Amino acid sequence: MMPELGKYAGAVLSSYGVTLGLLAGLVALSVWRYGRVKRALTEAEKRAGR
Amino acid sequence: MSLWEYANPKKFMETAARLLPVLAVLAAGALVTGLVWGFFFTPDDYKQGATVKILFIHVPAAMMAVNAWGMMLVASLIWLIRRHHVSALAAKAAAPIGMTFTLIALITGAFWGQPMWGTWWEWDPRLTSFLILFLFYLGYVALWEAVENPDTAADLTGLLCIVGSVFAGLSRYAVKFWNQGLHQDSTIMKVGEKDPLDVAYYVPLLICIAGFVLLFVALVLLRTVTEIRVRRLAVLQARERLA
Repeated sequence: MMPELGKYAGAVLSSYGVTLGLLAGLVALSVWRYGRVKRALTEAEKRAGR
Repeated sequence: MSLWEYANPKKFMETAARLLPVLAVLAAGALVTGLVWGFFFTPDDYKQGATVKILFIHVPAAMMAVNAWGMMLVASLIWLIRRHHVSALAAKAAAPIGMTFTLIALITGAFWGQPMWGTWWEWDPRLTSFLILFLFYLGYVALWEAVENPDTAADLTGLLCIVGSVFAGLSRYAVKFWNQGLHQDSTIMKVGEKDPLDVAYYVPLLICIAGFVLLFVALVLLRTVTEIRVRRLAVLQARERLA
């Protein structure tokens, strides 16, 4: 299943690894902050009686 | 229905809530399909061997690095001219995404360049303008964090965005302006011309580009909704302190 990358395996796998890692980190951070801010706003609106 | 209706935060958030699940599924589907196709099912290039597989992440990331700045420019101009807060927040939301795409383009370019050019880095016009674009992204994000008043921050970052657009444009067209660098010109639009991109790479590349575009739009919507809520939260917290 794994393609034969030969002497370029390091360059190709590193490129895919870094890209997937950075994209996963960006998505995770965005979703985590979205949830955290949403919860904080809901609590603040409850306190404000809205 | 007018586009300006989306300047209303409530309307924007309702629309984003409807679009986000669809965009997230489409982005994930396109990225998985394009990357799996590109990595596992494309042949080696006769010149570049297996390194051609880096094409499927390097090209979409580089395209979106420049396009994200273009989107930020449009949003910043809307803020500077019409003072719509949602557009300023959308520009702010897009910056870390564009910065990540620029970083991916720089890193994957280095991994690709080392075996092909014999060097990780060269002060080539396109590479250099991309590095400067990355520094502009860093400065843009830092400026938003450094200025306390959100309207002043939006004004200053809007101006920075206009200045940075020169380098965003240069990073795309540097190869055409200066014919002296290592980096080749784009072959995506060279269908029917000399030395076009082979059809075996064309379709998975287009799917990867679509995946990066969809991911960008989905993340911009998600992060803009977050920024709108952050601003609303700041107002409520300020009222609590005064009460």
